[in-house]
Amino acid sequence: MTTALPRLDRRRFVADLVGRLPEDTLVVTGLGSPSYDVFAAGDRPGTFYLWGAMGAAAPLALGLALARPDRPVVAVTGDGEHLMGIGTLATIGARLPPNLTLVVLDNAHFGETGMQPSHTGLGTDLVAVARGFGIRDAVRITDPAQAGDLAGRVAARSGTTYAQVLITTDEPPRALPPRDGVANKNAFRAALGLPTF
Amino acid sequence: MMNGMSQTHAPAPPSWQEDVFTALKKYDVRQIAYVPDAGHSHTLREARRDPAIHDVVLTTEEEGVAVTAGAWLGGQRAVLLMQSSGVGNCVNMLSLPAMCRFPFLTLVTMRGEYAEFNPWQGPMGRTTRQALELMGVTVLRADRPEEVAETVEAALDAVFGAGGRVAVLLGQKLIGRKKWERD
Repeated sequence: MTTALPRLDRRRFVADLVGRLPEDTLVVTGLGSPSYDVFAAGDRPGTFYLWGAMGAAAPLALGLALARPDRPVVAVTGDGEHLMGIGTLATIGARLPPNLTLVVLDNAHFGETGMQPSHTGLGTDLVAVARGFGIRDAVRITDPAQAGDLAGRVAARSGTTYAQVLITTDEPPRALPPRDGVANKNAFRAALGLPTF
Repeated sequence: MMNGMSQTHAPAPPSWQEDVFTALKKYDVRQIAYVPDAGHSHTLREARRDPAIHDVVLTTEEEGVAVTAGAWLGGQRAVLLMQSSGVGNCVNMLSLPAMCRFPFLTLVTMRGEYAEFNPWQGPMGRTTRQALELMGVTVLRADRPEEVAETVEAALDAVFGAGGRVAVLLGQKLIGRKKWERD
């Protein structure tokens, strides 16, 4: 159980992690607070913010990682968004792109809808789940100092990495990224030198 | 579904199935995300052995909608292969190509419409077209083998040439009657 383990400040951890990522890292954020956390860490051209399509963060990052093996790809999402598409871990486990990292900010609650308890506080062990799906490099983060190690794994692009980050249920001030998906998509592709279509 | 026979003894695939893979290669499709169906078996077999193509087997079809979007963000063309029952699994995820106007192509083998033995395929098979159209996906359809290549290429043009969202329904008549009793 994770109930007795220390929990981190989400905004501070994400800012620390994003600040340490290689400049060419491509980032995908799951809907809700993870999008706000990543945006609050500083808007970067290679970031794609989801505002809906719950469950899309991990599979979208998979397609991106397969398309761009030359770039680190990081999905930052929450436990609720992640659990809705949890089968994607089997899909990722079957491919294991070495440049893909999944970061799950786990407060064991559905924060966006009023802090209802989620499965990770009611029995699900995400690190065991990830390992069970074939992602061997799965870690639980309970210490802010682990951000540096995680950023190092991202930079190395040497194996699919899964990080469950235990965070508190504190809700920092909202930092809202742009909601225009078309503009975000076009800016993301432009950052890679790609045309709109 | 794969029947476990070795490839050397497998009968030649129907020519329309070869036409599908030929079209995907011609348009430089680099990722094929799928939940398998017998009607896609040739394309899936070829995709698995083609080093230029990433084959991505999914646990549920909605993952594939997101995989194709991610591929496009990174500069690769991708398609989603599924059978008609999978379309229902995709409905909310189709918000993603709708909101961001991602080019989106899915090839859907139909069930529940011709010589269908399994009544459980009926409800989703009868509403496949409407479910796609409700979510803003243009629906094309091929029912005869000689229509398949042209229809799939037309869809590829509309998707990757014009940024469209298109489904091609491959009619159950193409696949033929399913043999339900094993010898």
